[in-house]
Amino acid sequence: MQRLTVPALLACLFAVLLWAAGTGALNVYWQSVLMFMGVNIILATSLNIINGNMGEFSCGHAGFMAVGAYVSSLLSVALFTKSQVFGEPLIGPSAAVWLFPLVLIAGALAASLVGLLVAIPSFKTRGDYLAIITIAAAYIVKSTIENIGAIGGARGFMGMSAVMSAMNETINLPWIMIWVFVGTVFSVWLIRRFIYSTFGKGVDAICQDEIAAEIMSVNTDRVKLVAFMVSCGLAGLAGGLFAHILGYVNPGTFTILKSTEIMVMVYLGGMGSLSGSVLAAILMTLLIEYLRDAFGFLNTFLHYISVIPDSYEVTQVWKWVVIPLLLVLLMQFRPEGIMGRRELADVFPGLRKFYKFKG
Amino acid sequence: MKRSWLIALFCVLGLASPVRAADTVKLGFNIPLTGDIPDVGESSKNAAEMLKKKINDAGGLKVGDKTYKVEFIYEDNESKAESALSATRKLITQDGVIGMVGPQSSKQAVPAAEAANELKTPMMAPWSTNPNTTKARPYVFRGCFLDTFQGPTAAKFATEEFKAKKAAVLYDIASDYPKGLAEDFKAAFEKINGPGSVVAFETFTTKDVDFSAQLTNIAKSGAEVLFVPQYYNEVPLIVQQAKSLGFNKPVLGSDSWGSGDLMGLCGDNCKGFFFVTHYAAAGAQGKTKEFIDEYTKLYKKTPDDVAALTWDGANLMLAALQSAGPLSGDLAKDREALMKAMAGIKKFEGITGNMSYPATGDHDPIKCAVVVKIDDAGKFAFYKSVCP
Amino acid sequence: MLQSFLQNILNALQWGSFYSLIALGYCLVYGVLLLINFAHGDIFMVGAYIAFYCCMFLLGKFGVFAGLPGWMVLAVAVPLTMVLTAVVGVTLERIAYRPLRRKGVNRLYVVITALMCGLILENGNLALLGASRKSFPTLVPIKVFEIFGVTVTNIKLMVIGVAILSFLLLHFIVTRTKIGMAMRAISYDRFAVPLMGIPADTVIVFTFVLGSGFAGLAGLFFAMTYPVIDPYMGALIGWKAFIAAVVGGIGSIAGAFAGGFLLGFVEIMVVAFFPSTYRDLIAFSILLLILSIRPTGLFGVARRTKI
Repeated sequence: MQRLTVPALLACLFAVLLWAAGTGALNVYWQSVLMFMGVNIILATSLNIINGNMGEFSCGHAGFMAVGAYVSSLLSVALFTKSQVFGEPLIGPSAAVWLFPLVLIAGALAASLVGLLVAIPSFKTRGDYLAIITIAAAYIVKSTIENIGAIGGARGFMGMSAVMSAMNETINLPWIMIWVFVGTVFSVWLIRRFIYSTFGKGVDAICQDEIAAEIMSVNTDRVKLVAFMVSCGLAGLAGGLFAHILGYVNPGTFTILKSTEIMVMVYLGGMGSLSGSVLAAILMTLLIEYLRDAFGFLNTFLHYISVIPDSYEVTQVWKWVVIPLLLVLLMQFRPEGIMGRRELADVFPGLRKFYKFKG
Repeated sequence: MKRSWLIALFCVLGLASPVRAADTVKLGFNIPLTGDIPDVGESSKNAAEMLKKKINDAGGLKVGDKTYKVEFIYEDNESKAESALSATRKLITQDGVIGMVGPQSSKQAVPAAEAANELKTPMMAPWSTNPNTTKARPYVFRGCFLDTFQGPTAAKFATEEFKAKKAAVLYDIASDYPKGLAEDFKAAFEKINGPGSVVAFETFTTKDVDFSAQLTNIAKSGAEVLFVPQYYNEVPLIVQQAKSLGFNKPVLGSDSWGSGDLMGLCGDNCKGFFFVTHYAAAGAQGKTKEFIDEYTKLYKKTPDDVAALTWDGANLMLAALQSAGPLSGDLAKDREALMKAMAGIKKFEGITGNMSYPATGDHDPIKCAVVVKIDDAGKFAFYKSVCP
Repeated sequence: MLQSFLQNILNALQWGSFYSLIALGYCLVYGVLLLINFAHGDIFMVGAYIAFYCCMFLLGKFGVFAGLPGWMVLAVAVPLTMVLTAVVGVTLERIAYRPLRRKGVNRLYVVITALMCGLILENGNLALLGASRKSFPTLVPIKVFEIFGVTVTNIKLMVIGVAILSFLLLHFIVTRTKIGMAMRAISYDRFAVPLMGIPADTVIVFTFVLGSGFAGLAGLFFAMTYPVIDPYMGALIGWKAFIAAVVGGIGSIAGAFAGGFLLGFVEIMVVAFFPSTYRDLIAFSILLLILSIRPTGLFGVARRTKI
């Protein structure tokens, strides 16, 4: 009975979200914050396979996200709506509701195929050289997109919001919210299964000592290949969701800065800790949104008590000083991140009876 | 799991949405306060603050029988398209503005307009000249002329003024505004001087600083004039590098030159060049002069075209709000009424020219362009005016 | 055709010089500590700002020392900028990296700290000084020479000269001096070095002084060549210089120098003969190819892992 607690909680949460988004109790802004939180969770947990569990240093996660974002956006616009790029829809808007997950999966598959670009060199190279390969791969992806003028090139691609409204017209539900939720739960579930599978143990072994792992009959190439493809594929899924939330994609979004953001979540949560990554993704998203308001108040307050001159405004820029500063401080006092290499169940053993973690 | 609780808690927090004060009208400003062109954002904010002060000092804005205080909410779009989109959504859904002014440059205005139109909120793009901004979007209005007018104006000016038979263009391909304008210029110039008369059509990508390879091609192409539809932060680098590569022909600019701190960054290098813009501060009269004097007094600098257009755009929106009649308090209804009032405005006398919108088609006003010469004192002097 | 090719070689030498100068700093720190100092690009940016304020101060824009001639200002600004930028670099090392190193945490956490320090420098600058760009004063009037249809400016020659001199100097320090030997020793075996009586921390600080000093130098000359400076100027060029350093074989001074010029050449030549949007695509594909043929870079030496 207790093992059903997590599914039950998730179902409740799902119902509450549906209700809140459907009735408008949760306005569009907060809905999008929640959805970005979901996307960030997928990104952080999937990068955690490579940077945390495997101990490599991949800085190109945003590139794979871009592949997923573009492939799924192009597909959904081409299939479901009339657009300037593709003309008449291939299938028609009414099918969007049922085929949308397939579009997302197509994006994920494309991203995991592009992941081969990194996975294959990783057989031979390690460490900083692999880091460069991931950066270069991300740049190549971004630059390729920029060069395809037909899909908007560097100026971005839009039209996904029409797909979303077409879905709403067919059946009036907050569809994108539903798919972000399902996608997030699915990703976390998949990664958990992956980590505790034989492959996952292989990934851990590679992290500890690659040569020793090979001697102990771990097929390192195969493990790396699968790990990279799972990680990149999920990044592609996150990208697809991201594109449909925004309704607009631009290759300029998927730069190294985006990759850095994801990396920060992984290291903040603790390398190799799944629940750590989830927590860190939630915390970061909240912190960014909270600070957005906080600096407005701080500005008014500091002007009110005349600490700073009127000509100087405390702007949102300070947000990007405070967040890295917090992280640097965290690294000084808790260099292993929030959770270290442990999971929630290790920290709170009481939780263990609610779900079986170490399978 | 802890995650679920956090999200649940968060949902509850989200429910407590802010209570809207009854006697204010809110306008949102979606402007680039940071990022590539911060001076554009600053000018817009300055003009808006000045307008707000003027209205609120006079007691407020009279709509129907009630007087409202105006409240302007500034959201930074970091000069990025996706931030402009989220800023638009935040302003409309979270802050509950009745209308939005901005984004200023087309790179942000084109996607933001899509979002505003979808959320059925009137948007005024004061400075965005790309045709796509207002294309088939009834809720989106423009405050300036179009690139399809600016491009030919520049091409004609280049041909007449410099007797140029061959021209070169250097532009940022990753941004809607330069790309659209460069293409319009090319089409117009080739129409006058025959196909192939644009001998170099070189591109770069936002944030590039080294243009030497492109400028080498341009210098070798034998072009007699270089058209640079770029922002004030890139122009100085382009002009200086062109000179050091031995290109001594005139450089012609577009309306994006006039905003921001072009002369502070460019210094002597830009003197003597021409650009097409919306208005010239030097030698203005009447209402325009009043605006310039007041602005100069407040901020110790001459208002650029962005400031003037923002002033006009926000003013037009408020004037339409007055003519729309009493506010119902229901945002969706008021927004629709405002949109209709803006579309139906007969003749709005702005400081950058008169504005009205055609009864059918996109909401683009018909306005004149001004060609400005950067004189030896670094002032933007009126050179000639071109009307459609 | 030949003329534009020659002209573009000159352009590439100038652009590559900056990559090389920044890559040298990456390489020094990496060689000694095996730490990718991701804040290096931003130290370069800070260098440009320090140079800006030094020059404004010396040119008398703030009311002191009015009327020094431009070349003299430059002569004073170079050492001043290098010293002040070095102070910034060393401060980062003392505050952020050293405590982590002492704790012996995973190397990647130090890398993340470096990334965060870079962000702090970037955005701190933006928040304190405002988003408006600064125009770097003209210290040396640009003189354009034309030889066989190829145009050269005095600044271009100066930049290329500075890059080559810096390389020679660093090469000399690393290979011929005692402290250079200590640096190489640390990179060879960090734990044995203190046992030999070499003060490892001093050597590391010296490495940061060198690396950051040359980043400051690069910043000064970058600002002279491209006189519009902004807080984000270091981010992209820093990442690319890092890539250049790795392709050259990170840890090797000659490799970083060659890698920087290689990247500069590829970028300029692609833009000159293809549409400019292909630049990153072609440049990074070439780099990927080089790395897949020589996994440790052009000048890198493969170290065998022992079991």
